[in-house]
Amino acid sequence: MSIIGKSVIRQESYDKVTGRAKYTADYSSRSLFHAKTVISTFAHAKIKSIDTKEARSVRGVRAILAGEEFPLTGEEIRDRPPIAVDKVRFHGEVVALVVADNPKVAKQAASLIKIEYDPLPVVNSPSEALEENAPLLHNDVSKYEKEEGVNPIPKSNIANHVKIRKGQKEKGWSESEVTLEATFGFPPSDHIAMETRAVTAEIRPNGYVYIQSSSQAPFMIKKLISTYFDIDVGKVVVNTPLVGGGYGGKASVQLEILAYLASKAVDGRPVKMVNSREEDMITSPGHVGLEAKIKLGSTSDGCLKVAEITYLFDSGAYSDKAVHLSRAGAVDCTGPYCIENIWCDSYSVYTNHPYPAPYRGFAHTEVLFAFERAMDMLSNKLEMDPLDLRMKNAILPGDRTPTQVKLNRSTVGDVPACIERLRKIIDWDKEKVVKVSDHIIRAKGVCCVWKNSTIPTDSSSGAILTFNEDGSINLISGVVEIGTGTKTVLAQMVAEKMEMDIKNIHVQMRVDTQSTPEHWKTVASRGTFLAGRAVLAAADDALCQLKEIASVVLRADVDDLVVANSRVFLREEPELGVHFREIAYGYVYPNGNAIGGQIIGRGTYIQRNMTHLDPETGAGKPGPEWAVGAQAVEVEFNTRDYTYKVIKAVSVLDIGKVLNYKGARGQVTGAMSMGLAFGAREGFVFDEQARVLNPQLRTYRPVHYGEHPEYIVDFIETPHLDSPFGARGVGEQGLLGMPAALANCLSIASGVSLQHLPLTPEYIWRRKEGL
Amino acid sequence: MSLQSVILHVNGEEQQVTIRPSETLLYVLREKLGLTGSKPGCLNGDCGACTVTIDNIPMKSCLMLAIEAIDKEITTIEGLKDTPIQRAFVEHFAFQCGYCTPGFIMNSHSLIQNHPDADNGMIKNWLKSNICRCTGYEEIEAAVKSVLHEKK
Repeated sequence: MSIIGKSVIRQESYDKVTGRAKYTADYSSRSLFHAKTVISTFAHAKIKSIDTKEARSVRGVRAILAGEEFPLTGEEIRDRPPIAVDKVRFHGEVVALVVADNPKVAKQAASLIKIEYDPLPVVNSPSEALEENAPLLHNDVSKYEKEEGVNPIPKSNIANHVKIRKGQKEKGWSESEVTLEATFGFPPSDHIAMETRAVTAEIRPNGYVYIQSSSQAPFMIKKLISTYFDIDVGKVVVNTPLVGGGYGGKASVQLEILAYLASKAVDGRPVKMVNSREEDMITSPGHVGLEAKIKLGSTSDGCLKVAEITYLFDSGAYSDKAVHLSRAGAVDCTGPYCIENIWCDSYSVYTNHPYPAPYRGFAHTEVLFAFERAMDMLSNKLEMDPLDLRMKNAILPGDRTPTQVKLNRSTVGDVPACIERLRKIIDWDKEKVVKVSDHIIRAKGVCCVWKNSTIPTDSSSGAILTFNEDGSINLISGVVEIGTGTKTVLAQMVAEKMEMDIKNIHVQMRVDTQSTPEHWKTVASRGTFLAGRAVLAAADDALCQLKEIASVVLRADVDDLVVANSRVFLREEPELGVHFREIAYGYVYPNGNAIGGQIIGRGTYIQRNMTHLDPETGAGKPGPEWAVGAQAVEVEFNTRDYTYKVIKAVSVLDIGKVLNYKGARGQVTGAMSMGLAFGAREGFVFDEQARVLNPQLRTYRPVHYGEHPEYIVDFIETPHLDSPFGARGVGEQGLLGMPAALANCLSIASGVSLQHLPLTPEYIWRRKEGL
Repeated sequence: MSLQSVILHVNGEEQQVTIRPSETLLYVLREKLGLTGSKPGCLNGDCGACTVTIDNIPMKSCLMLAIEAIDKEITTIEGLKDTPIQRAFVEHFAFQCGYCTPGFIMNSHSLIQNHPDADNGMIKNWLKSNICRCTGYEEIEAAVKSVLHEKK
């Protein structure tokens, strides 16, 4: 292999360092109207009245939408009015929408809309939601239209219940000599993509709907707008230019619905909406919160016998992706261990909080925080080394996962190899706590991770390779370039397969649902796998066509032909051949006769042999493979004021074949940075009325330059045989264990068990003081 | 507030533009001059995505009114042509989604111009005003240091 694995720079690099890279909000036109929202200042309240009179009198206001009933929306349960009707259910919910000539007028008019609320008692956590007499967010969730496989509990705050029943828990408990029971939790938070969500929508007189959106899911926008508003699906055309960070947040469909409604209110004129940072954090969907209870049973020598688990995912006011999150959290409800008896109940629970989108790791980071913290607590009880406990129970080929998938060497990465490599890198067998000075100690913490995807069983991807007359190739794929560099990796695959210079491959960055083949969503670390397979199939198709036409020109059997360096030539006599440029647009004989035509390679790939989960046991095959890893964090902890600094963060990940080394490393360190921030400092602060007190980058503070630790990244490369060149997912894996490793580390450093995030010095102090 | 016609000096060119006194420099650059390289991220001075230079000193253009920039030399990312820091950002993989990149490059470029001898502490003091959510910052650090190193 010549180019696979190489650190090829991303194809759109020079656009990005010269300010020429265009994102959705960068497109502007005189004909655009602009829309601004009015958002709820209460988390739960009846809307008594909305007075828009003064707002309507502002010059330049074209329409105001408020109090009107539109079709209910939501990806798995249709429970969400796009604009609140009669009632608001979270702080930040859209109550009114103003469309005006420019953003300033829209904002000014929005500030003049007067809304009277009648506050209702709030549900401020998932456990509160399950209390007897808890206020119901929705009168009867079971009455809503929903997808198959969703399991709401009627007249409760439970939007979905997923059961995992593997083995027999009674047997597991009877075989256990040591048990552990503990609870864990963290509040909802946000992705903080630097580009806030932006959309433009237009409805043409012929009924076609054109949407441009900063989205990870343009094909889902097309499908949902078509479904919600009963429009022929082919008449909804969505395009997505470069996206300024997604991390899952832009895989939900929300702002697009508002922009569509705004356009409809002004006779289809194009309307642009750009979220403010505050709206992007609380109005558009964020990162899920969780409350977890974990009970583990093991023999006295550390052989895990049973895990009994309850996960309460904080679904916020509307279910949307929370249903799916609660399913993914159940599928990989433990760490990467072989446990014979697993009993897990995973719930998506309504609260008066902002509702969640997917978030990098899709419920795995969340579940792993609880489970891997529990593993350290168990190792403490067993007086056993935490890495030894993990090694002893590491899941292996031949073992069965919580959903009873029997693993093989291809479908799961090498957990023991990751643990062993990590052990060496961090000098684990030396002392784990070192006193640096009077008040400073250094400590290490570890954890293991795994992840599979639980995307729909029929998720697919397509690719087209069109040839230019100079023999170069345009690569067209439905993957959105959100920053992961997937489209550069796809170009590497084509270059490798065709044995040609990557400079002759031009990648179309934009996705247009009318001209780009479908790619379900750019999520779940599945771009390189699904789109990669499609691209390789398209390359094969192009190779066949190239050889076919060359066989006529060269008067040779196709089997005697070889393709390399943009030429088709005879195996035996390489100098006898044709350059792509001679056949890319058809071959022309000296007398003018022509044969062939433009070479257009096409390829598709659809997931193979995936199954739905059994509603009673959870048994089923949710995704193609598990990437695994072992991670560690080293901190300097101040025993006087409980502040700390992360010195080192380490990831040993089995991501299969590494396709672009620096690209992969950047995905991992970037994800680690995000995971450390989630573990250490990020989380919405709610007041007693469930209002978010910190929806701003000054009060909700992501990691800044200079606050980063030393990153150590190492890869194990156990191939996933179905995947192009044996790659596994890499976009999310670096994040998965960071909160757990940090919590384990700080629990050792502080001498008190830390089971909630974010791990602020104040929280550690409260735990130490028993406050 | 009334519109007024002013001259702004942007990227070495004189631009006549009609503005309101209340409009931020970021708004005018993007919406009136079509210079969309400077990005809105928070409109609150917290993220640095909109950083430009004013007389060679970095400034968050969301925190400055356009009217304050009259008679000053404004440089946006579009005004940088094949500078060492742009090349270093590419070579060191110092960006992913690219949205924070113009701000980071303008800030780094100014640092390198004004303080070619900058040490770690100074680099941190300058660059901590910008947020990158994709990378873990190590590639940005490597890019900036590589250019400073070459200068020395």
